[in-house]
Amino acid sequence: MNSIVIGRYLPGHSLWHKLDARSKILSTSLFVFSCFMINSWIFMAILVLLEYLVILLTKIPIGYFVKSLKPIFFFILLTFFLQVLFNHQGEILFSLGPIQIYDEGLSLGFFMSVRLIIVVVISTLLTLTTRPSDLTLALESLFKPLGKIGFPVAEIALMISIALRFIPTLFEETQKILKAQASRGVDISEGKFKEKVVQLTSLLVPLFILSFKRADELANAMEVRGYVPGRLRTSINQLSWRISDTVLLLICIGLFIGAIIF
Amino acid sequence: MQITFESVNHVYNARTPMERRALYDIEFDIPSGQFVAIIGHTGSGKSTLIQHMNGLLKPSSGVIRIGEKVIQSTEKNKSLKEIRQHVGLVFQFPEYQLFEETIEKDIMFGPLNYGVSIDEARKRAYDVIQMVGLDAEMLGKSPFNLSGGQMRRVAIAGILAMNPDILVLDEPTAGLDPQGQYEIMEMFNLLNRQYGKTIVLVTHDMDLVARYADEVLVMHQGVLALKGSPEDVFKQIDELKRCGINFPIPAQNYHTFANRLSLSIDKLPLTTEEFVDQVESVLCGRG
Ligand SMILES: Nc1ncnc2c1ncn2[C@@H]1O[C@H](COP(=O)(O)OP(=O)(O)OP(=O)(O)O)[C@@H](O)[C@H]1O
Ligand SMILES: [Mg+2]
Repeated sequence: MNSIVIGRYLPGHSLWHKLDARSKILSTSLFVFSCFMINSWIFMAILVLLEYLVILLTKIPIGYFVKSLKPIFFFILLTFFLQVLFNHQGEILFSLGPIQIYDEGLSLGFFMSVRLIIVVVISTLLTLTTRPSDLTLALESLFKPLGKIGFPVAEIALMISIALRFIPTLFEETQKILKAQASRGVDISEGKFKEKVVQLTSLLVPLFILSFKRADELANAMEVRGYVPGRLRTSINQLSWRISDTVLLLICIGLFIGAIIF
Repeated sequence: MQITFESVNHVYNARTPMERRALYDIEFDIPSGQFVAIIGHTGSGKSTLIQHMNGLLKPSSGVIRIGEKVIQSTEKNKSLKEIRQHVGLVFQFPEYQLFEETIEKDIMFGPLNYGVSIDEARKRAYDVIQMVGLDAEMLGKSPFNLSGGQMRRVAIAGILAMNPDILVLDEPTAGLDPQGQYEIMEMFNLLNRQYGKTIVLVTHDMDLVARYADEVLVMHQGVLALKGSPEDVFKQIDELKRCGINFPIPAQNYHTFANRLSLSIDKLPLTTEEFVDQVESVLCGRG
C-alpha cells in the first residue's frame, strides 16, 4: 500500500539530503548506539532536540514519521507497560489491588519508549532521504575491508537494497490479493480455525507465486543487462565526502563519547 | 439489481501526507441488465470507482446503492460480504488469485464461502468451466500448469460460480490473444443478453466499447466527464480529446478517409459494418 513508509525514498534538496550516504549511515549508527547507552533525561533531551532539528532541516512533514511508528506502536506500548507494571524500584506512586506503580518504573517506561521512538524515527529519516542506490553504494564502501577475507560485500549490499526496494511492492501486492479474495467471500476476521487456515492459504499461495515470479523476472532483467555476480562493478553515482560530512561525523562521535562517559 | 452512485467522493490515505483524492462527486445510475463500459485515461480513477461497487473501498463521503443495499463510509464489513455475493468483481490479471490444488476446488472456493453446499458448488464448477470455454475434464488438474489465458478463464469461472447478478470486470482481456479476447467478450455478452446479468466493463479498447456497450461512462482525473450511449459519447470529439481518449478504429479510419476527400463529417462510424455502410453511401453518392 502507498501508506508504507519503511524503505521508501522521498527526493529532496536539503543539506541533509545532499550529505554523503556513508556519513549518514555512520552518524545514524553512532546516534543509535548513543541512544541505547545513555540513561539521563538531559542527554535524551539533547538527542531528541538534535533529531528534531534534522527533521526541520529536511522539510519532511512530521506525518511521515508518525506513520513509520505505526507498525511498532504495539511494541512501544508493551515496553512501556512492562516497565510500569513490573519494575518495582523507587517509591510507590500508586497502588490498586495487585497493581503497584513505582516512580522509577514509570520514568523508565517513558524513557525506553522515547528511546524506541527516536531510534525508529532516525532510521526512517535515513531511508527517506537517501537514494536506495546510494545506500547500497555506501554499505558496499563501508564493508569493503571485509571483502579482503572473502566476504561477498557487493552481493550482500545489492541484496539488502533489493529487499528494501521490494517491501512497498510486496505490501501493494498483498493488498491486491486480499481484495481479490475478499471478492470471493474471504473475511479473515470471521470463521472457525479451519476456515481461517484455508483463507490464509488463499492469501499466502498467490503471494509466494508472485514473489518467485518477480524474483525470476528481476534476475532475467539483471542478466540481460550484463550483471555477473562477483565481477567488479562501477556505479553511475559516485559518493563524494565533503566538509559537512566530516563535521556531522565529528558531532556524532562527540555524542557517542559523551554517551560513554556519562 | 440497480447500481446508484450519489455524490461519491474517495480520498486515499486521508489525513496523512500521502493523501490523494481519486474521485470527485460521482453521480450516476446503472439499471439492471445493462452492459456498461467505463473508459478513461490511465490514472483517471476507473479501478477506484469499480471497487466501490462491491464495497472493497468505502466512499469517503456519499452513498452507493446496490439494489436495496447501501454502502457508505460507516458501513459494517458484515453487510459488505453479503454485497460481494451479488456483485462479482474480476480484477486485472485475476490469475493471481488462484491457489487451490485443483481447478475444481478453486472454482468452488467462492460459492463455499457463501454457504453453498458442496454438491451444488461442484455442479456449478462443472457448468461455469464450460461457460468460459474450457473442457470439463480439466477440473481435476492443477491451476498452475495452465497457460496465462487459461488461468484467466479459470479465475473468471471462480467469480461466475458465485452466480452474481452484477459482474464488474477490470480490463478482463488485457494481454490475451485476439481470439481469446473475442471468446471471452462473447461470453460476457451472452451472460448479459441471455442471463440478464448487469455487466460493468473497464477497458482501454474502444472497439469493445463500440461493439458491446449500451452505455459509456468516461472518467477524467477523478471526475465523471461524460455519460451516454456509445453513439452520443463518441460524437463529442473535443471533449473526448480533452480526456485523452482514442476513437474506435473504424471511426479513426473514416476520419482520415473523410479528410482526404474533404468531406464534412456528420456521424462517425463506430463499427466495421457502419464504416462500410458510410463509405459505400459516399462512393455511391458520388456516382
Ligand atoms: N492504493 C492507493 N493508494 C493511493 N493512491 C492510489 C491507490 N490506488 C490508486 N491511487 C491513485 O488514485 C488515482 C486513480 O487510480 P486508479 O487505479 O483508479 O486509476 P485507473 O483509472 O484504474 O488507471 P489504469 O487505467 O492505469 O488502471 C491515481 O492517481 C492513483 O495514483
Ligand atoms: Mg485500473
